[in-house]
Amino acid sequence: MSTHTESHSHGGPKIYTANLFALLFLTIITVAAASFNFGSANVIIALAIASVKATLVALFFMHLVWDKPINSIIAIAGFLFLGIFLMFDFLDVTTRDGLQPRNMTPMENATPVPDTMNPLKAAPPKPFEPAPAAPEEHK
Amino acid sequence: MSTTTTDVPSHGGHGEHEHNPYHQHHFTTMEQQFDTSKLGMWLFIVTEILLFGGLFVGFGLMQHRYPREFIEAHEHLKQLIGGHPFPLYGAVNTIVLLVSSWTMVMGVNAAQTNQKDKTVRYLVITILLACVFLVIKYVEYSHKFHDGLLPGKFYSHQAEDLIKGTYGYHTFFSFYFMMTGLHGIHVLVGIVLLSWLAMRARRGDFTSAYYTPVDLVGLYWHVVDMIWIYLFPLYYLIS
Repeated sequence: MSTHTESHSHGGPKIYTANLFALLFLTIITVAAASFNFGSANVIIALAIASVKATLVALFFMHLVWDKPINSIIAIAGFLFLGIFLMFDFLDVTTRDGLQPRNMTPMENATPVPDTMNPLKAAPPKPFEPAPAAPEEHK
Repeated sequence: MSTTTTDVPSHGGHGEHEHNPYHQHHFTTMEQQFDTSKLGMWLFIVTEILLFGGLFVGFGLMQHRYPREFIEAHEHLKQLIGGHPFPLYGAVNTIVLLVSSWTMVMGVNAAQTNQKDKTVRYLVITILLACVFLVIKYVEYSHKFHDGLLPGKFYSHQAEDLIKGTYGYHTFFSFYFMMTGLHGIHVLVGIVLLSWLAMRARRGDFTSAYYTPVDLVGLYWHVVDMIWIYLFPLYYLIS
């Protein structure tokens, strides 16, 4: 009986309205923060504010505060694995600069490609000639 | 049941002994049935988070690869307001979705407390806000189509600052249309679901003993809002 009524009597218009104003306020903050140049911290600030907003939505609009813990566990597990995905992606991308073509320096001092190996300068390929028919073999 | 109560009696005992028409025989109680549905919904929500998460990872990878092009391309998502570039469409749509999330949760609350008319009203307002979101999206997309700011090989915008031989702009708009488009499809699905709910609520299907569909569609709608919470700063505000 107690759990049944608990699942009904959570939240309330006052909390929801307060949550809406908090979310709108954070939206203004995130737009304002983007107009300043914090360098690479801008992305982190934007994502941090977005995460606070997403948490507010999950906790109050999606009732996780008052819900059975199993739903929170599922939600946290989802975000946890997304975090692992993002983290390894970040580790990969930030440590492979030397491999990206855009960062390669022109190879001015390298040995030039000989004309015979350069497809742009090499003579046009000969037209296809069928191989002479092999002589018939007698056994 | 028919009285409009603002507060659900904490002592319970309403309708627990009579058989609810929505009570499926394989569940012991209505509460168990509700919890099971909700658990399934949360599992679905996790798949949604991972679906969009994969796209966000792709966006991050490409932004790292084409940092300059992505910053220049994102300026096209802003409009000049008083001489300053401002992401007007994105900001207004953020507010529209946040308010629609609030009307949704108020609708769920009204359904939980047996306020039939209020439930219908809040659901209809949510549908209208979702339509406003899509109309703004339509205006935004039309501008992009007109300017040739299109995904992949369809990109034909002739900007002076276009760096020759890079696919950064094409890639940015591929991700932009893929992610906002997929989000837009979710909004469309939400409108269909909310209309179905409004119809059922008007018929008087939902009571404090049975409001599962309202609650679950509410969860879905908040996920749509949550995804936009991440889309907005990443696409419209990155500098």
